[in-house]
Amino acid sequence: MSAPSTVIDQPPSSGAASLLICEHCDTVYQRRPLARGETAHCARCHAVLERHHSLGTGAMLALVLTALVVFVEANVWPIVTFGLNGTDVSTTLWGMIATMWTEDAKVVSLLAAATLFFFPLVKILTLGWLLLFGRVGRRAPGFRALMVMLHYLQPWTMSEVFVLGVLVSIVKAHLYFDVIPDVGVFAYAVLVILITVFAGIDLRRLWDMVPEPHA
Amino acid sequence: MSALPRASELGLISCHVCGLVCRDAACEGMVCPRCGTSLHRRKTASFARTWALLIAAFILYIPANVLPIMRTASLGDVDDNTIISGVMELWAKGSPDLAVIVFTASILVPLTKFLVLSTLLISAKRRSQWARPQRARLYRLVEFVGYWSMLDVFVVALMTALVQFGFFSLVAPLPGVIYFGLTVVLTMLASMSFDPRLIWDDKGDDD
Repeated sequence: MSAPSTVIDQPPSSGAASLLICEHCDTVYQRRPLARGETAHCARCHAVLERHHSLGTGAMLALVLTALVVFVEANVWPIVTFGLNGTDVSTTLWGMIATMWTEDAKVVSLLAAATLFFFPLVKILTLGWLLLFGRVGRRAPGFRALMVMLHYLQPWTMSEVFVLGVLVSIVKAHLYFDVIPDVGVFAYAVLVILITVFAGIDLRRLWDMVPEPHA
Repeated sequence: MSALPRASELGLISCHVCGLVCRDAACEGMVCPRCGTSLHRRKTASFARTWALLIAAFILYIPANVLPIMRTASLGDVDDNTIISGVMELWAKGSPDLAVIVFTASILVPLTKFLVLSTLLISAKRRSQWARPQRARLYRLVEFVGYWSMLDVFVVALMTALVQFGFFSLVAPLPGVIYFGLTVVLTMLASMSFDPRLIWDDKGDDD
């Protein structure tokens, strides 16, 4: 970890050895290629600097499309169904959002709509758009603005919390009725797995993978 | 510390959005050549913003716990549950392990966030050298678990939606849940405003 001799103030061309600065403590490192499955940790504060990623743009695009299909399923199918005296009542995510709105918990309704529907959807669609062009080595229209937007959306997707919430609700409602988890919640569970896979991918590498045309 | 050079010592700056490393000019307020975001050595007014958001979150956290979050009515008796009484009910009647999860997400995590972020703010402000790696780790923990607190908000929403018969509702959200949802959002914003690099700064001018 010697002090770097060259300083880059131009966007590095793809694959160029460049510098890396730990976001958690400001320590400067010279980037080096990581072996398969390797993760680089900061020597000062032990934060993760970089992970090795074996997925190319094509594989990532496939993941995004899968996520999109599953996301549609998760929103179309009921999440839970319960029976009371022979009547079956079920709800979907949007049923929940609408109910909270009419029950005068508009803040909750907006929170749920944003973190469980709009943000994940925008994330999936944006990624798909960027990768569609990235796969053939081109920058999608709006690349820069969309990449910045993705960065800011990152912490506000809460599908995994929702799945746990469904589980808790089923147990709670079970005190009063027969409750059956429905197709929707399983779709959600799959979506969570996909989201977890994505969380392991550092989207910043798209900047390097898809160089600017005039660079 | 010369073995591990820091960006501020080398006159470098990294873009917080795209990670590009640039030469630090004398003036702040430059723009990243790659993504167009303005560059800063440290997050702007990190101490003031984090304190403000944290205190606001704490103020909202009080009604979130005191006011009931959900009304359940079954067989004629009306039952208003607060966060803590909901946890106790789950412990007694439902499933103890889930009760522990809900307790952790709704009570332990927010309280831990208040404590940890206050500790980090005070110790970073004093440029304390004490337990830096541990404090860095605490910050990453807070970042990681923050949004799980939204659990109870989603539970109330789902329960309400489930038990709608149009003319008669057995479950209704109560004001506590709104305060709680806002508390979670504010604590998340607070931990995002804190700049962990401040933990490692010896002599700073970046507030």
